Amino acid sequence: MEKDQVPQDQVNLNEGKLAKLYYATDDKGHYVKVNSIGWEPETVAMQQAWDVVFDEVEEARTKVLQGKASPLLYHIRKNIMTHAMVASYASTFGFMVRLHCYPYFFNKLSRKTLERYAYTFRITVEELTDIESLRKNDR
Amino acid sequence: MIVNFTHKQSAHCESGVVSNLLRFHGLEFDEPMVFGIGSGLFFSYLPFIKVNGIPVAAYRIWPGQIFKRFADRIGIKIETKKFSNPTKAMTALDQMLEKGQPVGMLTSVFYLNYLPAAYRFHFNAHNLIVFGKENGKYLVSDPVMEYTTEISYDDLVRARFAKGMPEPSGRMYYPVEVPKDFSLEKALWKGIKQTSDNMTRIPVPIVGSKGMKYLSKRLRYWPERIGDRKAIQWLGNLIRMQEEIGTGGAGFRFIYAAFLDQASAKLENDKLFNLSRQLTKSGDQLRDFAYYAGRVCKNRKSDTKTFAELADMLEACAAEEHEIFRQLYEVSKSK
Repeated sequence: MEKDQVPQDQVNLNEGKLAKLYYATDDKGHYVKVNSIGWEPETVAMQQAWDVVFDEVEEARTKVLQGKASPLLYHIRKNIMTHAMVASYASTFGFMVRLHCYPYFFNKLSRKTLERYAYTFRITVEELTDIESLRKNDR
Repeated sequence: MIVNFTHKQSAHCESGVVSNLLRFHGLEFDEPMVFGIGSGLFFSYLPFIKVNGIPVAAYRIWPGQIFKRFADRIGIKIETKKFSNPTKAMTALDQMLEKGQPVGMLTSVFYLNYLPAAYRFHFNAHNLIVFGKENGKYLVSDPVMEYTTEISYDDLVRARFAKGMPEPSGRMYYPVEVPKDFSLEKALWKGIKQTSDNMTRIPVPIVGSKGMKYLSKRLRYWPERIGDRKAIQWLGNLIRMQEEIGTGGAGFRFIYAAFLDQASAKLENDKLFNLSRQLTKSGDQLRDFAYYAGRVCKNRKSDTKTFAELADMLEACAAEEHEIFRQLYEVSKSK
């Protein structure tokens, strides 16, 4: 890639915070460093990965509102975590986290367990248990 | 306390951290040199290991290896510490800063809020340097950023003690002994030899240039095997592995070509420069591959024909890379 071919696509996901470094050649074939603000294929691939995440969050949100899942599931999806990861943050087991994703078990949880889950997602217990706030779609 | 520290941006986090740390200790190594001597370039496609249901494709050697190999070849002594207790880990960090020593560490990307939101997945093998503490905030030199940034105590603790695979466990490292004289020539050849050997001579079909060929074979039938939707997801993941943050373009191929360019000047060997130009060309082909793959992803529509064409492109790249690294092995094997 020659240095004047380094893509500078205005549509990107970098929020103006980041201009990545690329290695590109000058006219003699020697390498120089060039910054790039974005490249479309990469943006597309990244957006696609996030769309999968957003779809899962949306699915979890609907389930919670229908009463089929507990808010825990929504927060797991929102933080792109897996059950096993949540388990190791909250020092419990993966299958326990799975169980607590059902409202029946979630509603029986002690304050202490809820606090551990809240700690995992860096929110308060009130935010964790609040289903009403999920009604408005805040994607 | 702030350590007098010069930050330079780099493409890849691990080699960038090494380069920045060593500059502080009086050794000037450009990022491509670190990457090349540490034999960072590789390719592997592991269809039996899946992350989020997507098979792993890596354009580089696994995390931690570049640093280790580089340190071995130059003769740098590094102290690595691992912690089980976050408070102890942070105290140890403070003590090192008090002594005026910048510290490299392994973190998760998810909690680094100075990065754009789109990059913040749970990737737990990111490297950065902390070089000071000011008003309760840590000063961070993240090699992928243009400038130094800062991070709060809480975020840094989270980042250092993130859970998942692999766990950073608060790992931190710093050079304790830097050699006065070392044979750069020997280190360069050793790095080149290992990379070219790994790329062409490992008798396993899923690594090196054979791995790329194998991937092209599999990719051809993705839409039939797993359906359009998933095939496009897998393809998108491949683009991300190749082009997302930290690759310097074309899945590290351009960094490595830059290394060969610099090495040819140091060793006064024209063959290396020629190979660098060839690698640039095959890197350009990989960029084209990513470009067309991106178009397939964008249209969200795939027919096997497009995937077959993509597979052809990748196969051509694999053949070309095989030839380049075979020649590189010939050049370096007697050194």
